[in-house]
Amino acid sequence: MRATHFLVILALVGAAVSASPRAVLAQHETASDLVDGERAFRNSCANCHGPDGDLITGIDLGRGQFRRPMTDDDLVRIIRTGIPNTPMPASPMSVQQASTIVAYLRSTAAARRAGSVAGDPARGKAVFDGKGGCARCHRLNGEGSRVGPDLTGIGERRGALELERALVDPGADVDPASRFVQVTLKDGTSVTGRLLGHDTFTLQLLDTRETLRSFEKRDLRAQAFLGSPMPSYRTALTPQELADLVRYLASQAKGR
Amino acid sequence: MVRRVLVAAAVLAAAVTVHGQVTFDRILQADREPQNWLSYSGTPFNQRYSRLTQITPANVGRLQLQWVWQNRSLEKFEATPLVVDGVMYTVQPPNDVVALDAATGRPFWTYSYTPAPEGRPCCGRVNRGVAMLGDTLYMGTIDAHLIAIDARSGQPRWNVVVAKASERYSITHNPLIVKDKVIVGTGGGDGPIRGYIAAFDAKTGREAWRFYTIPGPGEPGNETWAGDSWKTGGVGVWNAGAYDPETNLVFFGTGNPAPDWDGSKRLGDNLYSDSVVALDADTGRLKWYYQFTPHDELDYDATQVPLLADITWQGRPRKVMLWANRNGVMYVLDRVTGEFLKGKPYVKTNWLDGFDAKGRPNRVKFPSPEGTLIHPHVHGGINWAPPAFSPRTGLYYVASWENSGTVAVQGQFPRAASANTRQTAMGQTTLVPFFNNDTEPYGVVRGYDPQTLEAKWEFKMSDITWGGVLATASDLVFSGGREGYFLALDGRTGALLWRASVGGQVNAGAMSYEVRGKQYVAIAAGNALFAYALP
Repeated sequence: MRATHFLVILALVGAAVSASPRAVLAQHETASDLVDGERAFRNSCANCHGPDGDLITGIDLGRGQFRRPMTDDDLVRIIRTGIPNTPMPASPMSVQQASTIVAYLRSTAAARRAGSVAGDPARGKAVFDGKGGCARCHRLNGEGSRVGPDLTGIGERRGALELERALVDPGADVDPASRFVQVTLKDGTSVTGRLLGHDTFTLQLLDTRETLRSFEKRDLRAQAFLGSPMPSYRTALTPQELADLVRYLASQAKGR
Repeated sequence: MVRRVLVAAAVLAAAVTVHGQVTFDRILQADREPQNWLSYSGTPFNQRYSRLTQITPANVGRLQLQWVWQNRSLEKFEATPLVVDGVMYTVQPPNDVVALDAATGRPFWTYSYTPAPEGRPCCGRVNRGVAMLGDTLYMGTIDAHLIAIDARSGQPRWNVVVAKASERYSITHNPLIVKDKVIVGTGGGDGPIRGYIAAFDAKTGREAWRFYTIPGPGEPGNETWAGDSWKTGGVGVWNAGAYDPETNLVFFGTGNPAPDWDGSKRLGDNLYSDSVVALDADTGRLKWYYQFTPHDELDYDATQVPLLADITWQGRPRKVMLWANRNGVMYVLDRVTGEFLKGKPYVKTNWLDGFDAKGRPNRVKFPSPEGTLIHPHVHGGINWAPPAFSPRTGLYYVASWENSGTVAVQGQFPRAASANTRQTAMGQTTLVPFFNNDTEPYGVVRGYDPQTLEAKWEFKMSDITWGGVLATASDLVFSGGREGYFLALDGRTGALLWRASVGGQVNAGAMSYEVRGKQYVAIAAGNALFAYALP
């Protein structure tokens, strides 16, 4: 397959997936259920969880990320009864209403995971470990550097299109939690690393030696956000290698 | 001898009566006893201004933690405590009242209340504090009850249903005491309620009057709601009221009309949503109103704390109300007549381009199916946090959010315009990592000149803030934010004078009091209450 054909197909698949999360339906729900679910989600859940379901630390409802694995029944029960001793309140919804929210969330997560790229995950692993040099910055299933974002389970959090975009244009959409900063101390020393948080007075980062560092801003001469340190793989990999790598990453689920 | 005994007994009785008894006169004249903090923002004027001066700009750097009281709740801790003669009263969310020794933080008693399961406010099972009259505390609950509690024993005296929690009503704010009445408003206005403000007899709990925030058929203003939309138009009341004894008016800000994001079913101005209403304290009759955001489709509740001040306005004394609104505009109103005196954006604001002669905003941005970038964001320039005013510096102190925006889509939850708005979730209790750069939304405390509504100074934080502001007569300003610092600023310059890391988000306003000659400053943060004083 020529590269242009591949990319066009990839783009079409991606567009179909990203245009409507409802393109991928759970087995027993109708599109109408999902519309109801989305509406109920926005009315009842979005105020705290955010319109994309990702505003509570450690939880990303739109990508199927919970504090522990959840069955549909678990989620319906939590929506209806709340979680004691947490801000998650009980709701007077019926089981059916709560189920529409779960169906909507599941469909959204599924849509974000979907995307059938014509790549081979085994060859993708070879690219990851070899030519791509990914582990120099990224950790996967407990191996590799901690400096870049940990890619363990990335296939559950990012769809193929998002992964492909991150590889060819890594600076286009950097997750705020993956930003790189450079701080310059008053003695002229510079430290670069992934920002782990900052406030009015302090800044925390993981430096390129994987050491946790914390600074008082008053001790800094300068601080600056850097662009993504990740190189573009648009030309560094062949289209096939890129597709293989995307497929490999998309296949990553937690616990594997 | 007998006479002496009688005189001594009378003196003793008087002392006992005064101690721990909060008469309405004491509430009105709370400025005369700055050792106490008798209502939510200190006095019915809500200036959140302490006249204590032991802690000064020169010595504030030596403030030390005196005690911490940790609550047993994971909800946001939004209450401002009261302190009456050495006893502190606060609320462990959602609705447990606690009495503490204000000097040590040791508990005297806890009144535990379990709200009905259907009591579930939109935005957190929170409470902002109690009110006190005589020896009774009053608390509104998230299942929309009003409860009177013996301040010495913590035992309930009466418990009345203000509204039905099953119909999505709730109460999250501190009640307002006026004379012999306890006044509360009903929250829940994101749902299909019809909000109201009601006064209850402080002794019996019997309802004395009720003012619906949406006029009924035949009442002026009902015509501002299309069809039957008035029946379920929301307009909750969920923040502190104010009282002016000279005019005998109570003031409350009102919430958004419902449904909040879709105005097509409720065409019209939707009175008295997003307004301040001035009510006769004895009858609840409307004396005047000013609507900040007519026909709101952006969830700009006007549920900020009304702040009353007597200032010189254009060369002559004027009784005004200062109001930094969620809609991004700061207002000066004549509180006697409701006259609009001045309005000016205080954060990035693009939904209006000015006002007509009566102060009606000229709206220029509208939600649309394709999306419209509207400033400020849904959470507003300020949300509900209490501001402060210092009669000494003449400045109006406001903690706000700057530079946030959203794309509002008619009839749907607003879509984020950029990653920036990810940082504006409803406040939580714990610290959260913060990744924004300096061009993205931030929290800021500013001191505004009410004459011009220009900021004389600002103190910028990296993260946004849900915290309020306290001013003191030694020209200090205390505030905090989501990043978990409690800050002391110079009230005249904004210079940072002291900071403490409190390890949790500041979601409340600070207050100050004195016990046995020592001034304390207290702040709720995370899930704990912290008290600071000089060594």
